[in-house]
Amino acid sequence: MDTFLFYLFGGVALAAAVNVIAQRRIFYSALSLIMCLCSLAAIYMLLEAPFIAAVQVIVYAGAIMVLFLFVIMLLDPYSSAVLRDKKKVLAYVAALLGVAVIVLLHGSLRAYELARVPRTAASAAGGAYGTVRSIGETLFRDYLLPFEITSVLILVAIIGTVILAKRKI
Amino acid sequence: MNITGYLILSALLFTIGTVGVIVKKNIIAVFLCIELMLNAVNLSFVAFARFLNQTHGQIFVFFVMVVAAAEAAVGLAITVALYRNRKTLSVDETDTLKW
Repeated sequence: MDTFLFYLFGGVALAAAVNVIAQRRIFYSALSLIMCLCSLAAIYMLLEAPFIAAVQVIVYAGAIMVLFLFVIMLLDPYSSAVLRDKKKVLAYVAALLGVAVIVLLHGSLRAYELARVPRTAASAAGGAYGTVRSIGETLFRDYLLPFEITSVLILVAIIGTVILAKRKI
Repeated sequence: MNITGYLILSALLFTIGTVGVIVKKNIIAVFLCIELMLNAVNLSFVAFARFLNQTHGQIFVFFVMVVAAAEAAVGLAITVALYRNRKTLSVDETDTLKW
């Protein structure tokens, strides 16, 4: 059942990802990316990460992508259809480079041999793996300083966005 | 279900994102492809966290999401400012910083 669900959602994610770069209209690309993110959330559920899956749907698909869609609608929904592909050669070069990246990644994945890592240890942790409680404890105990620095990063991003989006720059 | 399938899916998504960054002409489309690459890496993190039985991978995904949110906000603000000043969204026409 796990394998079937993995192939189902993995296939949907891959198809949506291909559609992101195949679409001429930028708006459909964004909608397709939302589809991809939601399938990834389902795969996170398969990987026993319910918190990450919820955050993926709420923050990524819900907040970040809505921001993207707002900006796309604000600017020009048809601009990508207007843009001319002057250098068609680049697309083929990019496809070749993509194949090269796949070959390299495949080689490194094979070299790592992580397929042999057993997944029996999960029950040893008392089934606490991946729960919101365990993530919260790790986050606020081991990663408290990075968490606080993150809030500074968000503040800087807010200020920068407000200044950049002002009428006169 | 072992980890290899998840890693291969992650690698494929990352590659699609890379190809998109190279091919796409629209700045917002390039942003979308960068988000796709970040998500591919997130999938790797969660898979490794699951199969090594460590919660730390999921914490990293959390931080990657925070950075992605900040990056998207600032990047889209830059895009809006660029469109106001230059009336274009093409990456080929905004090459002042090139060379």
